[in-house]
Amino acid sequence: MKSLILIMISGALINNVVLNQFLGICSFLGVSKQMKASASLGGAVIFVMTIASAVASLLYDFVLKPLDLDYMKTIVFILVIAALVQIVEMFLKKTAPAIHKALGIYLPLITTNCAVLGVALTNVQNSYNFLESVLAGFGTALGFTLAIVLLAGIRSRINEEDLPRPLRGAPIVMISATLMSIAFMGFAGLSF
Amino acid sequence: MNKYVERLYNGIIKENPTLILMLGMCPTLAVSVRAMNGIGMGLSTTAVLILSNLVISLLRKVIPDDVRLPAYIVIVASLVTVTELLIEAYLPALYEALGIYIPLIVVNCIILGRAEAYANKHNPALAVMDGIGMGLGFTIALTIAGLLRELLGNGTAFGVQVLPDSVEPIGIFVQPPGAFLVIAFIIAVMNAIGIKTRQKQLVESCDGNCSMCSTICDKAGKEEKA
Repeated sequence: MKSLILIMISGALINNVVLNQFLGICSFLGVSKQMKASASLGGAVIFVMTIASAVASLLYDFVLKPLDLDYMKTIVFILVIAALVQIVEMFLKKTAPAIHKALGIYLPLITTNCAVLGVALTNVQNSYNFLESVLAGFGTALGFTLAIVLLAGIRSRINEEDLPRPLRGAPIVMISATLMSIAFMGFAGLSF
Repeated sequence: MNKYVERLYNGIIKENPTLILMLGMCPTLAVSVRAMNGIGMGLSTTAVLILSNLVISLLRKVIPDDVRLPAYIVIVASLVTVTELLIEAYLPALYEALGIYIPLIVVNCIILGRAEAYANKHNPALAVMDGIGMGLGFTIALTIAGLLRELLGNGTAFGVQVLPDSVEPIGIFVQPPGAFLVIAFIIAVMNAIGIKTRQKQLVESCDGNCSMCSTICDKAGKEEKA
């Protein structure tokens, strides 16, 4: 039980996927301009990453490993994630239009979010079982959401500041990310 | 200028994928801890990029337009798997250092971006030159970032002690925050000396900046307005 909680906390805080592992930087920097958009993207990522981790873990344990096709994992995972995002989108559109409306446009973007593939591969690398993989996926996605929402909050304030010209645009956003990353380093003390 | 040489110049300087187009930020931030890692990652990506540009250019009349993106992803993923196995077999130290970022070359925006923007419209020879140019541009940018971080954070360059012992290295530069900081200042310096970068794409696009994402983004933007 303790190890399961630790996997989740580690995914969300200690090894934060964007601030420590540098996965999903594109959307982290690109979508964080508005708070609402970043929260929606975060929701979509939580949804997809949890399901993708579960499916990837099952596929690996019951198909790839028994057939000795370990080396195929990158190809299989990326295709599964791409297909999964499509299916999830269609499924949500039919069954839960409200959720689809909130997450809708952000779902297709997630296929190219390297964090999803990254988590699936890390789970395999750490030889997590099914439950551990799902929790790792969920925790990582939670960490992504936390980071992007926090950055959106910071950016909405930076916009009102009078910055030196060379720092405007990408540099100041990256410097904010630096400071967030330093703050998140403090969570390393949580690893017990 | 010869159009083949022009491709090299374009990739390395004029449209440098990392420094000007701001593509492939994940590996740039992640592996720039040491200059050597930067070179290793850059050359691995270059190999995949050259081959994927070649294959996609050869198949450009065969792949139906509707399923081109999934087809590209399969091609790139296969090439990445081959590269990964080769690195694991012949360069185990590099494999250890780059870890998960080798399989993640699949989702590097530069590769799909070049496939979509260049390789599927040009002949194989030009596509290969484009792959070499873009790959070297990426490698150079990664090496510069890696060199700066290694020098500031460790006092070494390519593993050789450069700064005298009296200069205390600043440890944070080889930690994760240092990656953001070094890239931030590289862009800031480029801004200050007036080099035009597409950084707006990086921080204001709806997601990533490969042409693949941007088409979805356009759609998303229209839906939001409607």
